[in-house]
Amino acid sequence: MSIFWTIWISVITLTVIIGCAVLLKAANTNNTGVKEGEPMPHTFDGIQELNNPLPKWWVGLFWFTIVIALIYSIAFPSYTANWNGFLNWTSADKDVTDVSQLDERAETSKSQYQREIDAAEIKYGEVFKQLVYTDAGVYKDIEVIAKDSEAVKVGQRLFLQNCAQCHGSDARGSKGFPNLTDDDWLYGGDPLTIKETLMNGRNAAMPAWKDILGEDGIKEVTSYVLQLSGRRVNDIDAQAGAERFVVCAACHGADGKGLHAFGAPNLTDKVWLYGGSRKAVEDTLNNGRNGVMPAWKDVLGEDKIQLISAFVYSLSQPK
Amino acid sequence: MTTATNIQPDYNMKVVRQFTLTTILWGIVGMSVGVLIAAQLVWPALNFDTPWLTYSRLRPLHTNAVIFAFGTSALMATSFYVVQRTCQTRLFGGPLASIVFWGWQLVILSAAISLPLGYTTSKEYAELEWPIDLLITVIWVLYATVFFGTMAIRKTSHIYVANWFFGAFILTVAVLHIVNSMAIPVSMSSMKSYSVYAGAVDAMVQWWYGHNAVGFLLTAGFLGMMYYFVPKQANRPVYSYRLSIIHFWALIAVYIWAGPHHLHYTALPDWAQSLGMVMSLILFAPSWGGMINGIMTLSGAWHKLRTDPILRFLVVSLSFYGMSTFEGPMMAIKTVNALSHYTDWTIGHVHSGALGWVAMVSIGSIYHLVPRLFGQQGMYSTALVNLHFWLATVGTVLYIVAMWISGVMQGLMWRAVNADGTLTYTFVESLEKSYPFYALRFLGGVIFLTGMFVMAYNTFKTVTAEEGSIKPQELA
Repeated sequence: MSIFWTIWISVITLTVIIGCAVLLKAANTNNTGVKEGEPMPHTFDGIQELNNPLPKWWVGLFWFTIVIALIYSIAFPSYTANWNGFLNWTSADKDVTDVSQLDERAETSKSQYQREIDAAEIKYGEVFKQLVYTDAGVYKDIEVIAKDSEAVKVGQRLFLQNCAQCHGSDARGSKGFPNLTDDDWLYGGDPLTIKETLMNGRNAAMPAWKDILGEDGIKEVTSYVLQLSGRRVNDIDAQAGAERFVVCAACHGADGKGLHAFGAPNLTDKVWLYGGSRKAVEDTLNNGRNGVMPAWKDVLGEDKIQLISAFVYSLSQPK
Repeated sequence: MTTATNIQPDYNMKVVRQFTLTTILWGIVGMSVGVLIAAQLVWPALNFDTPWLTYSRLRPLHTNAVIFAFGTSALMATSFYVVQRTCQTRLFGGPLASIVFWGWQLVILSAAISLPLGYTTSKEYAELEWPIDLLITVIWVLYATVFFGTMAIRKTSHIYVANWFFGAFILTVAVLHIVNSMAIPVSMSSMKSYSVYAGAVDAMVQWWYGHNAVGFLLTAGFLGMMYYFVPKQANRPVYSYRLSIIHFWALIAVYIWAGPHHLHYTALPDWAQSLGMVMSLILFAPSWGGMINGIMTLSGAWHKLRTDPILRFLVVSLSFYGMSTFEGPMMAIKTVNALSHYTDWTIGHVHSGALGWVAMVSIGSIYHLVPRLFGQQGMYSTALVNLHFWLATVGTVLYIVAMWISGVMQGLMWRAVNADGTLTYTFVESLEKSYPFYALRFLGGVIFLTGMFVMAYNTFKTVTAEEGSIKPQELA
């Protein structure tokens, strides 16, 4: 911040604060020429004003806030961005523009944010470590953690705060967000795949077929896809759709059972990520879909992801 | 000393009558929308799956309607009345006052149509899009011209304190509105515009505007109203001339700096947050100056509260004013704000000001005005005024108590952590726990609104009665 702005802010701010003090002192003495308690020599529509003194407790209160304000404003950064006050306090490292810079800064930073993060790490980091590490200092298997009811509970709490927004507090998902409690998996439901999904995220891309297949083509492929999951449809349409399905088979497989490598859903079961009505399927085919699972590695760290993975894994295991 | 004469100047009371009646009308409309959205928070199905009735569109309609339709109509009615009577002269500018009235109704109508349709700048209390902003600017400049013009041609030597407050409100709102609404339209044929500010600067300008809309419109303006109607209704002199000077200048100088307390713990630079907090603290004493001056004006007239429900409205409004201007500086302290921010506590605080102070002082003033404007010696029924007083008081108390409890509960639930450092409650759990308080808030709103209908009925009977037929009544 330039010296000009520092001076500008200091001058207008202190003028107001000190101006209040000066005015308070002036108004606290009777310079009106009228005896205290007597009316002032003017009337407005019959209203008179008495020249009563300022209440003493009120004057004291005013002085008190002014003094507190001045002390606070030199203890904490107040008149410029160039000085952090004599307590040398900052809320966060505001000049930092990405997470990696923040990590580099973490060792030396004195910001309140960093201090609170450090304190939490010291206080709680150990709790998570005990749940996920063996005595030998390596990660416990996710299957093992999934049998530790205390660890699963912690994993569930982490899930509720970070994942429930999309997958729901019962983890049963909603339109566009998969149900995590069944045994139908887009990318695979083994522990390490679940962890990989959490760590690095996923991007699924179903292309839009409107221009390539045309209106009739969409209708036919929709019929075929619905027939795959056992729905009654127009046989002729479905037959035509089956021939066009070749292009879909690249991701969904020739049998339509999907492919974990692409996150391509199984089309032969009754689970529909974006809805199973004819209209919804046509919409998916016409305009495509983009499923995004964010990467949590940098947000939560691997220890917590180990716990959430165990919780998610436990959901689809027989109790 | 000016001597009172029996010959009154030829005051322009037509515009005062118009604004007085529309205050009641817009009060009912704005508060009804408020009650509807309060009900939607309890029963979400009440948006009937209609875009125009969704909470997100009706909430700005509610705030705009109560602040700019109800509150500002009350301010325009009383400022036009007070400035004429205390300057002993007719309103300046001939037909301008009438243009201000109809222009302002046009602004209100445009808001009532465009907000439910989804047009919004997304700036709180400044949601109206650019064509309406331009209209507001023109009408406001005319309003200022009439008001300050009248002060300029006054027959009295001094300017009464009520007019200082009205003047500060009119001038500052003009500056706030113009600076915060600076935007570039997408095209001349489009309602959509984008603010000229970006990022933290945009947020700072918005809350400089937002907090001073509270400070100058909802505080300074209504203090102007208080300074005339309290001494008039109590028939007592203003308590302290010197107190009015110091608290006026300190209030308007310090208020302008308090906006950053809306942006504690955000990307706003630390120095601006600190200054916003200390200025809010200093604001405490100047704010209370108005309350002291109002309440102490009743010295020697306390017994009138037993028989005069209009005076009750005015005095209770000052108590709510004192309460919320104590609460405000406290909530501006960063450690308190860390608990209160983003919770219902803020909503409770706003409504202790909006219902308890703004609405009650306006209602009291209008009950004082209506008989005088329509040639009667009192309201049609003083008992109904008293009923309204109790409905308004009980409604306000229910509302703010519900929001206090739910707000503090939310703040505590959001910060509670387990032994492992994870949050104890999810957001949805805190929402679930808020439901009973939302229901209680809805009830408080319904009670307050009922009072407004009582007022409308009482006013209708007073206005339509044969002139001079209603005699003054006291409560039994």
